[in-house]
Amino acid sequence: MSTTTAFFTDATLCIGCKACEVACKEWNGISADGFNWTGNSYDNSGSLGHSTWRHVKFVEHSPEPGLGGNNPDLASWVFSSDVCKHCEKAGCLEACPTGAIVRTEFGGVFVQPDICNGCSYCVVACPFGVVQRNEEDGRAFKCTFCYDRQKVGLHPACSTACPTESIKFGPIDAMKMVAQERLEELQARGMDDACVYDPSNTSVEGIHAMFLVRGDPRQYNLPPNPEVPTIYNKAGWTSSAVAAGLLLVGSLFAFLGSAKQ
Amino acid sequence: MSTNPQERATPEHSAWSRENRLVEIRREAERKGYVDGLGVRLPGAPFPIASPETGYYGVHLLKEPQWSWEIPPYFFVGGAAGSAAVIGAIAHWTGRDKKLARDCRLIAAGGAILSSGLLISDLGRPARFLAMLRVFKPQSPMSMGAWTLAAFGSFAGAAAFAQLAAENFGLPVQMLGNIAEGLSAAAGLPFSNYTGVLIGATAIPVWNEHIGSLPIHFGMSGLNSAVGILELMGHKNPALNTLGIGAAAIESLEGANIELSKKTSVEPLKRGMSGLITRLGGALSGPVPLALRIAAAFYGSRRAMKLRKAAAISSVAGSMLTRIAWVHAGHVSARDWRLPLEIADQNKELPSIAREGSAVNKMAKRA
Repeated sequence: MSTTTAFFTDATLCIGCKACEVACKEWNGISADGFNWTGNSYDNSGSLGHSTWRHVKFVEHSPEPGLGGNNPDLASWVFSSDVCKHCEKAGCLEACPTGAIVRTEFGGVFVQPDICNGCSYCVVACPFGVVQRNEEDGRAFKCTFCYDRQKVGLHPACSTACPTESIKFGPIDAMKMVAQERLEELQARGMDDACVYDPSNTSVEGIHAMFLVRGDPRQYNLPPNPEVPTIYNKAGWTSSAVAAGLLLVGSLFAFLGSAKQ
Repeated sequence: MSTNPQERATPEHSAWSRENRLVEIRREAERKGYVDGLGVRLPGAPFPIASPETGYYGVHLLKEPQWSWEIPPYFFVGGAAGSAAVIGAIAHWTGRDKKLARDCRLIAAGGAILSSGLLISDLGRPARFLAMLRVFKPQSPMSMGAWTLAAFGSFAGAAAFAQLAAENFGLPVQMLGNIAEGLSAAAGLPFSNYTGVLIGATAIPVWNEHIGSLPIHFGMSGLNSAVGILELMGHKNPALNTLGIGAAAIESLEGANIELSKKTSVEPLKRGMSGLITRLGGALSGPVPLALRIAAAFYGSRRAMKLRKAAAISSVAGSMLTRIAWVHAGHVSARDWRLPLEIADQNKELPSIAREGSAVNKMAKRA
């Protein structure tokens, strides 16, 4: 049996070098997507997408001594490398009508490119806005959790390339422990605003890519309550049955009440 | 730019003062080894900031739907074809209207062919549709829809084929046609409204917020358009008017439900272009045909048919606009970065979760 693995991305160690973005593109042979500045700090890749499987966020905000320097006149600046969360209960995987999206033996969520038919239902099913259809190719793409590398015992390209060990990779239990220890260490050093992002108490039931960030996770675009869309299925099909009943009974009523033509 | 830089820039912003400040900074750094105070303020400041109120610079977290133009017409055609199959089968079984049943078979089959064409065209490459039939996945509304379409298409096609074969070549296939008609009606029941579940069971706030009513809304919209198409083909059966009244009444209720809702996530259905299309589609599928049909029920035959044809045109247009509106609203909703981050409109009260602190913060506090 293989071990279930996870990423643990520590934003307090990230220096915003984007080595993870580059390593990911190199290893996975992802196409270039232009060089456009977003105007949002030094972010030039915008968000995760079909050609961006690691995305370094440049979270720049009003001065906060201790966060990104102690000068009260300079903006605080922190970085965090975002990635597919590889949810325990993944919206994309549940929604995929072809079975192209599967759970690997390492616990990751993997889109099999030879099976994906480009229906783009996973795009609207992901509560983190990760998976995206490549309009040119027609199929959906996202982080593979470096399934090929893990298969031969290697670590993913991004965590291997990370020069500051901000991106850690290993068995999920060990990563959770590391995250907890790091959180305690930072809090002991007075960083009360540090927190670990791992929404295990929502319908997503936990993720395989945890983050340690300082301040409100919402400024890192991490949603407080991500929900897997399958939770809406029951209400949806009940409503569908009601609609079918209305159609059937309504038609019977209408025709039985009318004269023969 | 023709604007005089002297007028535009304050001394602080001018290129000259910027250079001066840089010289100052260099001198100070040489002297003290560090620099106190501000560096150079560039024109255009303040720059966008990330914060719990603005999220990540207001960059939307959710991805917009990536369906191409084929999808709203697909929703429309599927709704009409599925409902027509049910209407036809019941008109047939109750022995009330054989001619209507015949045309319903043709609409159902034609709709199934058109639906498949639209769906396959959206996928980009025809062979890709076959991947839909690899697995049967109850938890995926898209998978259930693909199977329902496959079943509906086969049965509706068989029913229409039997009908035409019996009419034109006198082949003894009525029995087979009747069985296929029954099966196509059974598949038509979910086929006419499953698209409501399809878009409702997603991460898009405006869609999943309405999961409880969307299938009924889409189902009634489909019925409305099926009745309209049959009337425009010249069918005068009063049962169609009765069905039209029912569908338009429920559509009016759904419209009222949307208008009365005060949730932030409902905004795309009320504001902007998507709001306009929603309201136009809603009026054309609800109150307008409802009034015309009720009036028709009280009038004599000639006048009534005119009113019913007007109601029919209104319902068909309204039904199509409704599907366009909902898909459009999904795009707008996905772009609203506040919703997944639970950041409320400043004018409105914060949602309970944001007030109590996010789940994450609660966890962090516990830890």
